[in-house]
Amino acid sequence: MEAPAVASPYSKDLLLTMYRKMYLIRRFEERAGQQYTLGKIAGFCHLYIGQEAVAVGPIEAMRKDDYMLSAYRDHGQPLARGSDAGMVMAELFGRGTGYSKGKGGSMHIFDIEHQFYGGYGIVGGQIPLAAGMAFASRYRNEDRVTVCYFGDAAANQGALHETFNMASKWKLPVIYICENNRYGMGTAISRTSAVPEIYKRAAAYDMRGEPVDGMDVLKMYEAVKDAAAWCRAGKGPVLLEANTYRFRGHSMADPATYRSKQEVEEERKGDPIPKLRDYALKNGLGADADFERIEEEVKAQVDAAVKFADESPEPSLEELWRDTIVEPGEPDVRPRERVLGVKVENWPSYPSGQELKVTWDLEPRAQAEAADKKAGLTN
Amino acid sequence: MPELMYREALNQALAEEMERDANVFLIGEEVGRYNGAFKVSQGLLDKFGSARIIDAPISELGFGGMSVGAAMVGLRPVVEMMTWNFAILAMDQIVNNAAKLRHMSGGQLRCPIVFRGPGGAGGRLSSQHSQSLEANYAHFPGLKVIAPATPADAKGMLKSAIRDENPVIMFEGERLYALKGEVPEGEHVVPLGKADVKREGTDVTVITWSRMYYFCMQAAEELAKEGISVEVLDLRTLRPLDEEAILASVRKTNRAVIVEEGWALAGIGASVVDIIQSKAFDELDAPVERVTGLDVNMSYAANLENATQPDAPKIIAAVKKVLYRQGA
Repeated sequence: MEAPAVASPYSKDLLLTMYRKMYLIRRFEERAGQQYTLGKIAGFCHLYIGQEAVAVGPIEAMRKDDYMLSAYRDHGQPLARGSDAGMVMAELFGRGTGYSKGKGGSMHIFDIEHQFYGGYGIVGGQIPLAAGMAFASRYRNEDRVTVCYFGDAAANQGALHETFNMASKWKLPVIYICENNRYGMGTAISRTSAVPEIYKRAAAYDMRGEPVDGMDVLKMYEAVKDAAAWCRAGKGPVLLEANTYRFRGHSMADPATYRSKQEVEEERKGDPIPKLRDYALKNGLGADADFERIEEEVKAQVDAAVKFADESPEPSLEELWRDTIVEPGEPDVRPRERVLGVKVENWPSYPSGQELKVTWDLEPRAQAEAADKKAGLTN
Repeated sequence: MPELMYREALNQALAEEMERDANVFLIGEEVGRYNGAFKVSQGLLDKFGSARIIDAPISELGFGGMSVGAAMVGLRPVVEMMTWNFAILAMDQIVNNAAKLRHMSGGQLRCPIVFRGPGGAGGRLSSQHSQSLEANYAHFPGLKVIAPATPADAKGMLKSAIRDENPVIMFEGERLYALKGEVPEGEHVVPLGKADVKREGTDVTVITWSRMYYFCMQAAEELAKEGISVEVLDLRTLRPLDEEAILASVRKTNRAVIVEEGWALAGIGASVVDIIQSKAFDELDAPVERVTGLDVNMSYAANLENATQPDAPKIIAAVKKVLYRQGA
C-alpha cells in the first residue's frame, strides 16, 4: 500500500466508528427486509440501504444533545445515534419491547434518550416540528442545533416553504437535510419539480443552501460540522441536499420497476460503505482485520436484535388505553428503563416557568418601526 | 364581581398565565403590533416582548406545526388561529402530529399546546367564514375540545387549557367577544371536562354550548312564562363529554333537546343522543330532539343566514315537541 500524499485529518477512531454505524444500518436493514418477507414485520417498511452515509456523517458531526428527527425512512438515524438495535427491531415486529411499545411500527421510531424525536409518516410533516424545536432552543437561549431529515418529494410540500420562510426570518438554528434519492416513491423528482435541485430553493428564503455528495460519509460529516457551527453562531438555518440513492424499492412493497437495472448497478458502484473502508485503508487508518472484526461484531449484534424482537411478547391489551391523553401527574415513559430495567439518566428536563428568563427579542422594536417607515406607515 | 367582555376575560387569562409561566408564548396572525384581529391580545406585546407575542406570517400549517415542535421540547405554546376556518390549513399538524405524538412515541413525548380562536356561524360572512367546525376536532382521540359560552368560563377554561399537558382545541365565539359577563377576580380556573347547569329546571333538559347557550336561555325564559321549567346544561367541553352531567340532568327531567349551531350529520349532538339512548333509555318520556343548523352552506343574505341557524323559536318548538304540547 502506498503512503498517502497528504495526511488524513480524521482519526482512526472516527473512521472505524462511522464504518461500524454504517455497517450496522446496512446489516440491520438487510435483516429487516428478510424478516418482512417472513411475515414478522408488516405494514410499511422503508429500508435505508444505500443511504447510510447521510445518517452517519451528520450524527458524528453533531453534539449528543442536538435534536434530530426524520421522515418514515427512520431506522438508520436512531441506530447511528445509539438506540438499542433490539428495541428498534422489536418496534418493527410490533412487540411491547419496542421503543413505542409496538404502537408506532417502522415509520414511528422515537428515542428521546438519544435525542431522536421521531419518524413521521406524512410527507413533510416533520419539517415545521424541527423549526419549533429550534425555536425552543433560541427561546431558552441554548446553543443546541436541530437536524431534520426529509425526502426529495417533501420539498414540494407547502409545509416546507412555510417553514423555511419562518426559520430564515427568525434565524432558527436548524439544519434541514434533504435526502435526495431521486424518487418520491415511484416518481422521479425531475418529473414533478420545476427545479429538481432542491438546495436552490433555499435562495428563495435568503437561506444558506448547498448540495452534498450523500454517498460519501466524510463529505456529509464536513457539511454538517460546518452547518452546525453556522447555526450555533446565530446565522440561521441551513439546507443541505444530500444526493444519494436507495438500493432497494421505496418500501418493501415496491419492486422498483420504474428504475433500470443498469441505473441501480451503476449507483451501487458508489456504495458508501466500501468507499469509507477504501479511504481508511489507503490512509493507514485501519487494517482489514479491524473491518472484519467490526463486521463480525455487528452481525452478532443484529442477530441478537432479531432474536430479542422475535422472543418478545406483543403489547398487553391494556396498552390500548395508555398514551392517548396524558393524565395529571403522569410521567413520560423512558423506553430502556421500561424494557431493559436500566437507569436512564439522560432525559430532557426544562427550566420551570419561574426560572426561565426569555431574553430573545425576536423582532426588535427599532427594526419593526424601520420596516413601518419603509412601508410609509409612519412619518 | 367585575363585569368583563369575553375578549377581556381571555386577555386576562393569557396575561396571568404568561406572567406565571415563562414557557407560555402566543403566536398567530396579527397578535402583536395589531393587538389581535379581535383584540384578544391587546397590550400583550408591550408587556411580554416579541419572543413571547409573535406576529406570524399567514402560514397556518407552518406556525401551527412549528408550535407543536416547540411543545414537544417543553414550551407551552398558545396558537391563535384568526378563525377556525383558516385553521383547516393546519389540520395535518393538529391531527396527525399534536394528537398522535404521545401515542406514536409510546408515551415518551407530550404536547402541551392550545390552539384557540373564534368559530361559529353568523356575521354576514358567507360560507367560507361562517361555520361551526368543533365536531371535526371532537372526533380525534388525543385532543381536548372546549367551547365556553360566558366570559367567566372563557377565562377559567383558557387558564386550564394552558396548564393542561395535552393539546387543547378552544373554540371561542366570534360573535361573543364583545359580550359582557361577571368574571371572578383572582385565581379563577374552570376544570376541563365538566359541564355546567346554567339554569335549573324540572321539565326538560336543553343541552348546548358556545353561542347557542344564549338562545337556549332566551327560550327558557319564554317557556317559563308558559309554566315550562327548562334546565339548561352548558357542555363547555366537547371532548371528553361530561356523560355524568348529561345523564344526571336527563334522569331528572326525562326529556332532552340538544341545540347545536353546526350541521346535524356526525354532529356532537348525535353523540349526546347516543349517550342518552344507550344509558338512560328507560328514563326517557319522549324521543330526544335535536335543533341544528340547516344542512346547507351559509348564505350572505340576511334572511337566508338567519333561517339557516337555530334560534329561540326553533328551540321553543323542539321543547314543546318533547313535552307533547300543541301549538309548537
